[in-house]
Amino acid sequence: MKLLLKFDFTKVCNAVLKQKLETHQLRYQQTAFGEIELMDKVTEDQLKSFHEDINGFGIKVIEDPKKIVIQKIKDVIVDMVYNEKDINVKTSVYLAEQLEENYNYLSNLFSELTYTSIENFIILQKIEYTKILLTSEELSLTEIAFKLNYSSVAHLSKQFKNTTGITPSAFQRIIAKRKQIN
Amino acid sequence: MNSDYINIALADDDEDDRLFFTEAFEELKIKSKVLLFKDGIELMEYLNDFNNSLPSLLFLDLNMPKKSGLECLKDIKATKRLCDMAIAIYSTSASEEDIENTFVKGANIYIKKPNDFEKLKKVLSEVVTTNWQYHTSGLNKDNFLLRL
Repeated sequence: MKLLLKFDFTKVCNAVLKQKLETHQLRYQQTAFGEIELMDKVTEDQLKSFHEDINGFGIKVIEDPKKIVIQKIKDVIVDMVYNEKDINVKTSVYLAEQLEENYNYLSNLFSELTYTSIENFIILQKIEYTKILLTSEELSLTEIAFKLNYSSVAHLSKQFKNTTGITPSAFQRIIAKRKQIN
Repeated sequence: MNSDYINIALADDDEDDRLFFTEAFEELKIKSKVLLFKDGIELMEYLNDFNNSLPSLLFLDLNMPKKSGLECLKDIKATKRLCDMAIAIYSTSASEEDIENTFVKGANIYIKKPNDFEKLKKVLSEVVTTNWQYHTSGLNKDNFLLRL
């Protein structure tokens, strides 16, 4: 029997984190997505064993402050795209508001450390989400373009091709054939 | 600046091509450590040795003697330990059908190899940076398809 699964990334991440923190008996308060404050004093050893445990679940503790900002930018973008947030201001304004920083600073830092720009990262995330909707929810490109606030299907289709080098329908076909084989 | 680097492996029977790629990698913004293999058999021996660390990105020449890129791809996809590597297949020419078939068999990237060094650098830069985003942003690698 085959099951198709759809993940609510925010929920999955928070649930794993909660479970792990409880296993390690760390009392905490969640201050934002991907940000917690530990309530009690913890030893180096306690922290180390917590780090090692969550590492196996694809969670890492970030130590470099610049990387923390980068991660926050990525989190805001992912939340915006995957939760289909209706934002009536420009993305640059929204990001600046959410991170309480000047957009130019954020934009330069992002380009310096991630080898891409914020604009390209947003496009990449939108295309990734489009891929998920195309394959696991089997929505049509027209429905997806509407859902993701594209001005037209042609625009989304072109952006898909520019980003991946293949058309949305070829993508759909390849993934369907792969499923048949497995 | 950045101290990150990416582990790359390349299998190609042509010495000139290996040199061509290596020089292009050296000029990319993302620093890389490149492992070179002369053919598919040498590559698979390395990958199947549990003591060796695995590259995160593998470039495979489609046409190699002894073991072709496609045969390597098939073996890699049949081995669970090797499934996390992103695989880029390249060749000088291929039909649309061949390209789609390569993706179906599990390749993530298909490159039509440019003859010009500047173009190669541009193509490799795009491959490496896109792979980097998948690697650092936890994107679903099953959906990683790129054609250049």
